[in-house]
Amino acid sequence: MTSVTDDIIIRAVARIMIPFIQLYALYVIMHGHHSPGGGFQGGVILGASFILYLLTHGLEEAKIRMSEIKAGLFSSFGVLIYSGIGLLCLILGSNYLDYGKLSTILKVVPAQARSLGILGVEIGVGIAVMAVMFSIFFDISTGGELPEDEE
Amino acid sequence: MNIQQIASIPFLLGGFFFFVAATVGLLRFPDFFCRLHATGKGDTLAVLLSLIGLSIYEGFSLTSLKILFIAVFMFLAQPTSTHAISRAAMRCGQEPWVKERSK
Repeated sequence: MTSVTDDIIIRAVARIMIPFIQLYALYVIMHGHHSPGGGFQGGVILGASFILYLLTHGLEEAKIRMSEIKAGLFSSFGVLIYSGIGLLCLILGSNYLDYGKLSTILKVVPAQARSLGILGVEIGVGIAVMAVMFSIFFDISTGGELPEDEE
Repeated sequence: MNIQQIASIPFLLGGFFFFVAATVGLLRFPDFFCRLHATGKGDTLAVLLSLIGLSIYEGFSLTSLKILFIAVFMFLAQPTSTHAISRAAMRCGQEPWVKERSK
C-alpha cells in the first residue's frame, strides 16, 4: 500500500485532474444553498482529491502536502468555524445557529445575513470533512501505525 | 421534432450500441485483460457519444457546456484508470490468456 507508483501516465493525469477536482469541490461548497451539494459533499470531493494525490504520488510526498498533524488541525479548525458562528449567534441574543442576528455585525439585511452565515458554516463543515476523510485514509494506508518522528 | 433532437439520435444510438458491445465483451471474453480491453475502450466511446448526444439535445446552454466538461474529464480519467488496473493486475501476476496450441 505504501509503494510509490513510478508510472508517468497515472502521475501526469492525476496532476491534470487534481486542480479541477478541487475547483469543483469549492463550487459545490459555495453553491450549497442554491443547488444540490453543500459542505459535506464538497468536503468529500476535496478530500478525494487529496486521496488521489496520496494514491498516485505515494505516502512520503503526500505527507509534505498534508501531514497527519495538519489533518487533525484542519478538522478541529473546521469544527471551530462551525461552532464559532453558532455561538456568535448565541452571544448576539438569538438561538444557536440562528443567522438572522448576524445582520447587526455584518451591517446587511437579515436575509443576506442568513445566506452569509450558512455559507460560513458550509465552509467550516467542508474543511472538517476534508481533513477527516484524509485522516481516515491516511490511517488505513499506514496500517494504523502512529507517526512518531514528526515535528 | 426539431433539428436538435434529430441530430442527437445518431449519437445516442451509437452510444447505446457501444455500451451493449462492451457489456457483451465483459460477459463473453475469456480472461481479465480481454474483458478490461472491451470495457475500457467500449465504455469510453459509449460515454463520450452519449454525452455529446445529450448536449446536442439540450442545445446551446450552460447545461450542455457542463455535459461537455464531463465528457472531457471522462475521456481523461477512464483510459487512465483502465491502464492503472491492468498494470496492477500485471504486477500481481495475472497471466494473459493464450490460445492452447494443438500438438
